Amino acid sequence: MSIIDFSEEQSMLLETANQFCRENSTISVVRTQIDKEESVDAELWSRIVELGWLGVSIPETYGGLGMGLAGAVPIVESMGKYLMGSPYTSCILTAEVILSCASEEQKNQWLPKIIEGSVATTALTEEDGNWRLEEISSRAEKDGKNLVLTGSKCFVMDGPMASLYVVSVIYEGKPRLVFATGDQVTAGRLTRENVIDETRRSYRLELDGLVIPESQLLQGADFSRIEVAAMLMLVAEMSGGLSGVLHVIIDYLTTRKQFDKYIGSYQSLKHPTVQILLSQEACRSHLYHAATQITENSADAVAAIRMAKAQGAEAFAFAGDRAVQFHGGFGFTYECDAQLFLRRALWCQYQFGDSAYHNELLAPLLLNEVV
Amino acid sequence: MSLTQAELKDFEQQADIWFAENKPKRPDFILPETFMEVGSDQQFHYLRDWQAKVYEAGYVGMAWPKEYGGGGKEQSLQDIATKVMAKHRVPFLPNTIGLNWAGPLILSMGTEEEKQKYIKGILSAEDIWCQGFSEPDHGSDLGSAQCRAVKDGDEYVINGSKIWTSLGSYAKYMILIARTSNEDTSKYAGLSFFLAPMDAEGVEPRPIKKLTGEYGFCQTFFNDARIPATSLMGKEGEGWKVAMATLMFERGATGGQAGGLAMMDLSINDIVELARRTKRNGRPAIEDNHVRSQLVELITESKNNSLMSARSKISALATDWPAAVDMSGKLRSSELKRRMCQFALSLQGANGSRFIGSDAIDGGMWQRSYLNAFSGTIGGGTSQIQHNIIGERVLGLPK
Repeated sequence: MSIIDFSEEQSMLLETANQFCRENSTISVVRTQIDKEESVDAELWSRIVELGWLGVSIPETYGGLGMGLAGAVPIVESMGKYLMGSPYTSCILTAEVILSCASEEQKNQWLPKIIEGSVATTALTEEDGNWRLEEISSRAEKDGKNLVLTGSKCFVMDGPMASLYVVSVIYEGKPRLVFATGDQVTAGRLTRENVIDETRRSYRLELDGLVIPESQLLQGADFSRIEVAAMLMLVAEMSGGLSGVLHVIIDYLTTRKQFDKYIGSYQSLKHPTVQILLSQEACRSHLYHAATQITENSADAVAAIRMAKAQGAEAFAFAGDRAVQFHGGFGFTYECDAQLFLRRALWCQYQFGDSAYHNELLAPLLLNEVV
Repeated sequence: MSLTQAELKDFEQQADIWFAENKPKRPDFILPETFMEVGSDQQFHYLRDWQAKVYEAGYVGMAWPKEYGGGGKEQSLQDIATKVMAKHRVPFLPNTIGLNWAGPLILSMGTEEEKQKYIKGILSAEDIWCQGFSEPDHGSDLGSAQCRAVKDGDEYVINGSKIWTSLGSYAKYMILIARTSNEDTSKYAGLSFFLAPMDAEGVEPRPIKKLTGEYGFCQTFFNDARIPATSLMGKEGEGWKVAMATLMFERGATGGQAGGLAMMDLSINDIVELARRTKRNGRPAIEDNHVRSQLVELITESKNNSLMSARSKISALATDWPAAVDMSGKLRSSELKRRMCQFALSLQGANGSRFIGSDAIDGGMWQRSYLNAFSGTIGGGTSQIQHNIIGERVLGLPK
């Protein structure tokens, strides 16, 4: 098994995606979109759909390109570099849940829709912010041929755009997954949450009294697979974001003068910038290594992605933090782009487990492995 | 004429058998970990004999041209042999400057005569090489070298001194940067590069006592030392260019090295294994939560380095700053090693404060390793200078 596989196909995808995001997600586009209701412009979303990107990870039998999650990584990385907001990662993650937990009939029903641009999202986290996806309090109770849900979910991305939600609930004492459709989730159930990354649209979903047919209970409940996929999408964003924020830093360090010298000539700024460069190189290496392991179903996949998440989140948060500091007084303003990256980095750090959380889980995996 | 997988596999097996059978017995004295730490005659002879034996068996310089004493084979075979040496944890090859810097330099830029004269002795360890770049007043700033070389007939007369000449007392040749002119507009333009004989009269290497209390480096004094004019490499005034080419070999940014181990390899697995054996507050150190999280971070960092090497070979994934990984090899590995050794002391409870001796855990190897690890973070351009170089050359930040 290779350490890192990167096919010709992926490499073309990376090139296309990088160019697309550079042209269509300039900083002014990002800032304009922040003030809008949705995370992405409808026209831009339809172009993303036309490019076939929603199907990269989905097997050819359902109309996709069959590249697995590794196919989505170059796209998400490019989106991350240019801070593009969209329901893309939610759709990829939901498709992954469907592929690993749903019936053949459900796959045939939903996967082609996702490929065509129907937004799908997940409702996994709750008010207490617990990262352990199986420790939840929302419930489903059987009522004839229906299930009645209770509780509430947080961090439901792009809620109002979605036509499909995957919701985690306790059913008959076990953590399970159910589908809820756009028709069933009426508008009043979704409330916008104010979150630190303003390129994102996050919603709280009230479940109390929501009735769904029993057939919407998914047969599988592979929370580990979901966590792995969610982390991979975040690490891809972080890797791109690290590169994006490093360009912002370099631009300022090579154009701003203080005391008659470009500030990039001062070692107190130059050296941490090099540290950021090396951490970016490391993050990107972990990312494509983890993508390879996950796509090949390697036994090391979980350790690889946890390591990537732990390393990348620290690195991105540090880079964002320094980017603000290095811009001096301007860095303290909303107008400075550094804050966009710092706020994105903080989002990434605290979704699906922070670095300390993953390091603790890595200890038994790594310390048994190396001897 | 690329070799098949089966041929490579055969070769690996053959090398595996040879190193298993010929791995030298552990001596009753403590061995150095790099060529910079060879502090006694017995250490030197033990290592030199080992290199001679490895060369005779054909496992070093395998990809160097046959006509000069190399093996004339594919690089892939040398890579396999080096990997096998690491696996068997055999001693390193002490002629490091020759194998990794002087040799590749002579092969890539030297004259036919120079190749004939020097290459074989480098491989067999018959001719030990040392490096004369740094000077007492100009640590990492090679451009300011003051050591003088004045042409006098068919000789150059050298005056000045060089510092940190590892193996200086054992070396037959030195790669030397000296100033042949002060008149040029740029300080770099007056420098020249020599392949200088150490046995010339007036060359005096004096051992320097290191922070560990051991020896390993010299300060080399030149007092009207006369060396043949033919020792000049390239032309007068080209010294900076040649030195930069040498440093590219040192930073690991170019291939062409003779192969073989350059140092005792310390891996994170050794630290994990130490954490199993040592105790903190009466319990195995590895059960301590603080220790565990630090171990995970060090494992991650060491993984960073191996994954970066793998990724930098995929050009489609080395896009924004393609030189970053290659240029930072020495910085990353030397800093990681320093911190791993530093951390190893914290696994020993009160015994962390012992030093070399039989009471200490592993004979005090960890304490010594930590102090010696500064040779990596200081030698060959300090980590701080490495940051400058990467910042300026890779990121394009102003000087």
